[in-house]
Amino acid sequence: MTVETIEPKTEAPASLGGRKKRYLLLEAGIVIALALVLLLVIPPILNGIGQTVRVNQLGRYMSLAIVALGIDLIWGYTGLLSLGHGIFFALGGYALAMYLQLQLPTGQIPEFFTLYGVNQLPLFWQPFYSFPFTLVAIVVVPTIVAGLIGYLVFRNRIRGVYFSILTQAALIVFFNFFNGQQKLINGTNGLKTDTSLLFGIQVSDPKIQTMFYALSILFLMGAYALCRWLTSGRMGRMLVAIRDDEPRVRFSGYNPTWYKVFVFAVSAALAGISGALYTVQSGIITPKAMDVAFSIEMVIWVAVGGRGSLLGAILGALVVNFAKTLLSEQFPAFWLFFQGALFLLVVTVLPSGLLGWMRTDGILLLRSLLGRRPALITYPSLETDPEVEYERKNLGNRESDS
Amino acid sequence: MFEGLLEPLFGGLSIASVLLLSALGLAIVFGLMGVINMAHGELMMLGAYTTFVVQNALKKTAFADLYIFLALIAAFIVTALLGLLLERGVVRYLYGRPLETLLATWGVSLILQQFVRSVSWQLVAGIVLFCLFFFGSLWAIDRRADLARWRNGLATLMFVISSGIAITVSNILGATYKLAATKPWFGTQGVDVTAPKWLRSGLIVGTYQLPYTRLFIIVLTIACVLGIYWFLNQTAWGLRIRAVTQNREMSSCLGIPTKTVDALTFAIGSGLAGIAGCAVSLLGSVSPNTGQAYIVDTFMVVVVGGVGKLVGSIVAATAIGLVNFVISSNAFKPLVSFSADLTAIFDFFATSSMAKVLVFALIVVFLQFRPAGLFPQKGRTVDA
Repeated sequence: MTVETIEPKTEAPASLGGRKKRYLLLEAGIVIALALVLLLVIPPILNGIGQTVRVNQLGRYMSLAIVALGIDLIWGYTGLLSLGHGIFFALGGYALAMYLQLQLPTGQIPEFFTLYGVNQLPLFWQPFYSFPFTLVAIVVVPTIVAGLIGYLVFRNRIRGVYFSILTQAALIVFFNFFNGQQKLINGTNGLKTDTSLLFGIQVSDPKIQTMFYALSILFLMGAYALCRWLTSGRMGRMLVAIRDDEPRVRFSGYNPTWYKVFVFAVSAALAGISGALYTVQSGIITPKAMDVAFSIEMVIWVAVGGRGSLLGAILGALVVNFAKTLLSEQFPAFWLFFQGALFLLVVTVLPSGLLGWMRTDGILLLRSLLGRRPALITYPSLETDPEVEYERKNLGNRESDS
Repeated sequence: MFEGLLEPLFGGLSIASVLLLSALGLAIVFGLMGVINMAHGELMMLGAYTTFVVQNALKKTAFADLYIFLALIAAFIVTALLGLLLERGVVRYLYGRPLETLLATWGVSLILQQFVRSVSWQLVAGIVLFCLFFFGSLWAIDRRADLARWRNGLATLMFVISSGIAITVSNILGATYKLAATKPWFGTQGVDVTAPKWLRSGLIVGTYQLPYTRLFIIVLTIACVLGIYWFLNQTAWGLRIRAVTQNREMSSCLGIPTKTVDALTFAIGSGLAGIAGCAVSLLGSVSPNTGQAYIVDTFMVVVVGGVGKLVGSIVAATAIGLVNFVISSNAFKPLVSFSADLTAIFDFFATSSMAKVLVFALIVVFLQFRPAGLFPQKGRTVDA
């Protein structure tokens, strides 16, 4: 709530229109170039040095970056800390996993049902025979759930920590529901996807996995573009206004409720997509995706990268997840210590994340390391003032002055 | 009929008492400082472990049967000190930023969990050495005015040196004493606290047995609530705490040391968490994850009750406890037996985890009517 973000210029004068467009084109070019590098250059290199497993990890973490974008939208821009994005993540994952579980000869139902003595496919499984329905459900089910929760909560102007607590409680409720219903969705064991078939090929097959890797990149790009578009226009300004002073927005005649419901639903949709992509790449979805710890972890990715900047969310998700993998491979017990320290450090020392630090202190540090004095930031009119110029020339900038 | 009512009533009250006990500390801290302490559950867990330690220490002595009272005091002191440390070390830098506080205390809770899992003599030695060298040198640097301009650089240097010393020495310790130094004290598995002999049976009413441990917890909760009520209403510091809760700026202007009040309140709230942990340890085995199980229920009590009112927490905890028990034990089944559909619905929710689902739904419905809880704070500053 107290983060200062450098927002794109709100009201660009006509003369700057062309420049803005050029910047936008440049940004799109960079994003596409990065995506191409990720798609065409990185996998062969990693495969070449015998780190094939890292490609899969990269794909998974990029799908996690999509949910991080969603969290950035709701937390970084709108100031609502949602601790319940695991719900939407898992709903997306379960939707796809259910479709994959149903890729069986006609008349058969998934194996686990018979363990619990269920002979008839439960009603809500039926639509998941259809592929288009599944694709829609991955996005729409989380959106509807988020819209509903959001409407009920925001309508009452519940915000701040109350909102966080309520989302967390909702998370626990969903966790309990999925965890306890052995007969409906295989409870604690979750749904395995890696042995099921997609278009007649096993999901764990490298070819399909490569496709999902590519899809993760594509969807990450798409999500980035969507968020960029949302946050740079009127909508984005509205969100920041809600974050910075919601009562004032209300007093100005706007109704923040619908903006908040909308952005919550969008971020839930992103979480759903992310969950589906993550599920097929990791081979299983269990109620653990709705763990309290996991949902808070998502928040820390955004916090580490730098909230209020979309790039920060992506960066944070990738950096923290790789750090987690590397650290827990080496010292399994230390990851929790490290993660805890990360929470403390980011909140106290780096409140605007890595990217925010780079933008302010990082640049200065870099300049001073390169031996360049930091440029004086003051009023430009002073800089050109002849009197000041004279003083600077003749009296110098003595240390004692500062 | 009386006996039929007794069971749900007692069951609900016993859930409510645990809820209230664990929510009490949180509610006070939240009401005063607007700080959500996500490490509250872990403080409870530490209270439970303190009980375990006290129990083992007194096993052979004459006090073996009365260890629980000593454990209550010890748990209060240990967690209150830790709470004080937490407030001084982390939380005080984050006042006015509730969401950041939430994340930071979550970080603390992760560290505490892992600490309990892997604490051993080796780790303790390492931490003590590090603190001695690092903070000792910081103290020395701060006393010398001529070193002030290099303070940051020196601090970084000392950080590296002291962590180096700590790691080396603790590794040498681990290598020489082997298992005696490296074996975790508690491990990842849960530990069991056995209730003292006089708490093991139950009070028999008709055909139903009321376990003494549950009764003990109910009594303990009542005692704690009365104690807090007395403290807040009859003592000078209680008056100060109430004043700061109502209007921080004005209290500060009138000479109340708000920082001391904050630290004191945080310590008391944490101490109450320790007592709650001690009570919880009587109910089941204690593991590093114990705290997590209570944290959200506890928050719900605070949300439903409204902030800053003791009576709100009491009513909310009782209501949530009763509803929870009634749903999970399916006590109303005879009442809805006329309709097969209703019976099926009630059967569906008749487990403790599904009861939570329904309770949450009810809470969300309730919040539609009273968004600020049962006993909302009144005043001009509430909806800024």
